[in-house]
Amino acid sequence: MIPARFDYDVAESVDHAVELLGEGGGDAKLLAGGHSLIPALKLRISRPSKLVDLGRLSDLAYVKDAGTHVAVGALTRHAAVAADPLLQEHCPIVSFTAGQIGDPQVRHRGTLGGTLSHGDPASDMPAVILALGGELVARGKGGERTIPAAEFFTGVFETALAADEVLVEARVPKLGASTGWAYVKANRRAQDWATVAVAALVHRDDGKVAGASIGLVNMGGTPLRARAAEDALAGGASLADAAALAAEGAEPPSDLAGSAEYRAHLAQVIARRALEQALAG
Amino acid sequence: MSATEERTAYIGAPVKRREDAALLTGRATYVDNMFPPGTVSMVVVRSPYAHARVKSIETSAAKAAYGVVGVLTAADLRDDWKAPMPCAWPVTEDMKSPDHYPLTDVPCYQGDGVAVVLAESRAQAQDAAELVEVDYEPLAAVAGVEKALESGAPLVHPALGTNECYVWRLDTDATGQAIDEADVVVTRTYFQPRLIPNAVEPRSVLAVPGTTGDVTLYSTTQIPHILRLLAAAGLGLHETKLRVVAPDVGGGFGSKLNVYAEELLALALSRRLERPVKWTEERSENYTATIHGRDVVTEYTLAATKDGTITHCRARVKAAMGAYLQLVTPGIPLLGAWIYSGPYAIPNYSVEFTGVFTNTTPTDAYRGAGRPEATYVIERTMDALADELGMDKLELRRKNFIEEFPAQLASGLTIDSGDYHASLDKLLEALDLDAIRAEQAKRRENGGALLGVGFSTYNEMCGLAPSRILGAIRYAAGGWDTATIRCLPTGSIQVITGTSPHGQSHETSWAQIVADQLGCDIGAVEVLHGDTSISSIGMDTYGSRSLPVGGVALYHAAEKVIDKARQIVAHQLEVSPEDLEFADGTFSVKGSPDKNATLASVAFGAWAAHDLPDGMEPGLEATAVYDPPNFSWPAGAHAAVVEVDPETGDARLVRYVAVDDVGTVVNPMIVDGQVHGGITQGISTALYEEGAYDDEGNLQTANLLTYLVPSAAELPSFELERTESPSPTNPLGVKGVGETGTIASAPAVINAVLDALSHLGVKDIQMPATPERVWRAIQEAKS
Repeated sequence: MIPARFDYDVAESVDHAVELLGEGGGDAKLLAGGHSLIPALKLRISRPSKLVDLGRLSDLAYVKDAGTHVAVGALTRHAAVAADPLLQEHCPIVSFTAGQIGDPQVRHRGTLGGTLSHGDPASDMPAVILALGGELVARGKGGERTIPAAEFFTGVFETALAADEVLVEARVPKLGASTGWAYVKANRRAQDWATVAVAALVHRDDGKVAGASIGLVNMGGTPLRARAAEDALAGGASLADAAALAAEGAEPPSDLAGSAEYRAHLAQVIARRALEQALAG
Repeated sequence: MSATEERTAYIGAPVKRREDAALLTGRATYVDNMFPPGTVSMVVVRSPYAHARVKSIETSAAKAAYGVVGVLTAADLRDDWKAPMPCAWPVTEDMKSPDHYPLTDVPCYQGDGVAVVLAESRAQAQDAAELVEVDYEPLAAVAGVEKALESGAPLVHPALGTNECYVWRLDTDATGQAIDEADVVVTRTYFQPRLIPNAVEPRSVLAVPGTTGDVTLYSTTQIPHILRLLAAAGLGLHETKLRVVAPDVGGGFGSKLNVYAEELLALALSRRLERPVKWTEERSENYTATIHGRDVVTEYTLAATKDGTITHCRARVKAAMGAYLQLVTPGIPLLGAWIYSGPYAIPNYSVEFTGVFTNTTPTDAYRGAGRPEATYVIERTMDALADELGMDKLELRRKNFIEEFPAQLASGLTIDSGDYHASLDKLLEALDLDAIRAEQAKRRENGGALLGVGFSTYNEMCGLAPSRILGAIRYAAGGWDTATIRCLPTGSIQVITGTSPHGQSHETSWAQIVADQLGCDIGAVEVLHGDTSISSIGMDTYGSRSLPVGGVALYHAAEKVIDKARQIVAHQLEVSPEDLEFADGTFSVKGSPDKNATLASVAFGAWAAHDLPDGMEPGLEATAVYDPPNFSWPAGAHAAVVEVDPETGDARLVRYVAVDDVGTVVNPMIVDGQVHGGITQGISTALYEEGAYDDEGNLQTANLLTYLVPSAAELPSFELERTESPSPTNPLGVKGVGETGTIASAPAVINAVLDALSHLGVKDIQMPATPERVWRAIQEAKS
């Protein structure tokens, strides 16, 4: 209910945030929308020495056309991502998925950068960015670096970000007309995390599947690509046969929302539905 | 208003709730909003183990922390308690009852309190609580009700020598035929999950010491009167020295019908410190520190002749008590003990309840208390029996419905009134079953989501309760209630009720009843409650009792007021009282309507007392105490329509139609609200909520993330209808509505899920019917 004691600083710029993080001695936390962090603080599960508030960095809230890709600032809120016309046109799986996160309150406070850097394998957006082959831009003391999504998510609540790095931007490719997409989420209540969700991108060639990219939510310690299913599709397998391989190699968790066995089954069912939807869409 | 003007009755009208303006604009008074000067915050240090012995507690670091006023353990407070924590319902003479005090050094469930920390602020108290170092020796624990009864199971209270708290039986044998000799016998075993109440307002307690050894306890309670009596006994106080106030209370569902450790702790510590002491429950704390509901295993048998005439019902119930007996823990199963025959005429009746201790949070009253447990097993087994007989499920119900009222039950009680066919008729009119069956068949053929429809025809007994019956079943108190009506000289009316609303809208409904009877404007009526210094006597609010007991007391008090006023008017107009008629707030002489007097003018005259009959006391005020001669018996017919995804197992409710007969309806809007909430809780039991412990007694569903309380997004709009069989046992004809929805709805939903899957051969799914459970049931049926 009441967090343990912490220091609080307001970042005036990204560089200032990096500096403040550095002063935090490795356990400072960035505060953006706060929808994951603040409940954890209140339960005293998370006990950072310092919070660095990014709330004033309004220049990190943007969606920009960057030629081959769309660049989204880390402090863009989910509701803004969901409603953004540029994303809706060029990478609609991102805007659609943003509209599936939590509930309206969460979407109006939570940020894209927050959900990505939190590294929760049950969150919606990481698997989408992974399936898209997106890139994440981080800024630290040494300047900026670009991290491919495939290298960004390293474990449960763990990412490739250093303790004094700030995620500033996510880059997602523009999808051409030949790419169909779907995000299918199985959860209990509207606001719940996914028991399992599947992000599917299907590259169509003359109405047939030329290739696919499949991201899995909550099927392991990080968001995953369903490589076996992707390979099967590339090799000409039917959607159903490929989807049957969706859980191949995954080690899904067992919890109150579902056992590992059920999750593996669920992944196959909704992967098939997502692929069918993506192919048709 | 002139005597000739037609006034519209308030009873039956959807008068808007008078409570809402304050609640919706943030001007309500909840306990946690109160900060008397000098208030000390209390935090309870709770056991992380389900069963342990405290070897030592090191408090020095906590005591030295900034702002800390005190740290106390069970040993420090032992002499403060003049009585153990109260259990008011020793259901059998030899019921086993463990020692139970507000703090313990042998915690018996996860969350049992071992120490308290007091500090100037809540944050300081919480920080210091982390510094209390408790050295626990973990002991073997048992969490499941059936496991606790196995031989060799860990004992929750070794001193008792058993986990069996009591066995209680009720058997009748009208026909002398043994159950096994019936043509068709169907026995099923059901587990009804543990439920964790989630009132919008968690509990909060504030004890404020006075200057004369008195103390005022503000508490989020449903029972200020019962709490005063028992808390005074617990502390060895004169009852007159304890005032209990239940201000605005944000829901209870039975969870605030108790005497809690924190109430006694705050009282004792406020007296020690001579400072106000406040404790407010955290949401996650609510999951272990506040009572739970259900957690019951029932083997239920129905026996019938080949033509579907049911001859026997038999229930064998194992009910989890949890670690201790709270206020009415052992009695909860018994609240269903007389209705295991449902709305059906079944001549042979047998029930047996075994109360079982487990290392879990104590169970106690939760919306429906004992009756949902009964209705669930009856309505599930009615479907199973119909299958066995090859008979239509509704035809079986109709064939066995009780049809004549009052109806003497084999269990011994008498149903006041009802028309069970009428409710079912109305349900089927609204439902369009043929269309649902056609759609169901189409979907089975074409694939995709399956459709199912399930029914629950129910009755229940509420309006707790005739005092004599309560005495006969060993409950410690009566079931009457009281009301006072005071006519102020200006014509305003004060109503004081012994019931204690916490969401039930008494301030509106009670005013409707009084305004109709006294023929005044509803705005003239003020309803006072929830403060023992204003309403000194009462039996409070639970068990759908307020209207059929407290509301009827109100009726009788109004009659007394009218009688006295009649005497005064007769004296003043020099006519005999019998020559006066009273309508729309005015007495007039029969045949000479111009000779009249309004009740307001009589109130002024009674106050001035210039011209009263000889020997009459001044003032126009009356108190009535009403003890109901019988329970009241709502009933109805509910139907749920669900869609089930056969691949994922996900079951979603798509329609819910309810026809309820709750007797006379005072305010249809408020009744609809009660039915909405009740149905939601039953649906939630069927599809979402489950308080789960692991084998070591660790609560797995310890917050709103893992314990699934559905939101509006998961529910369709409910279709509500009513039939009306007024209760003949009270002059208002009312029955009570607080629990009907919860009692009826869970079996309708599960029956619907099973109906959707019937072609696959699925016969049973344990509540809640999670996607995984449904999926597994389908897999098992296939294999």
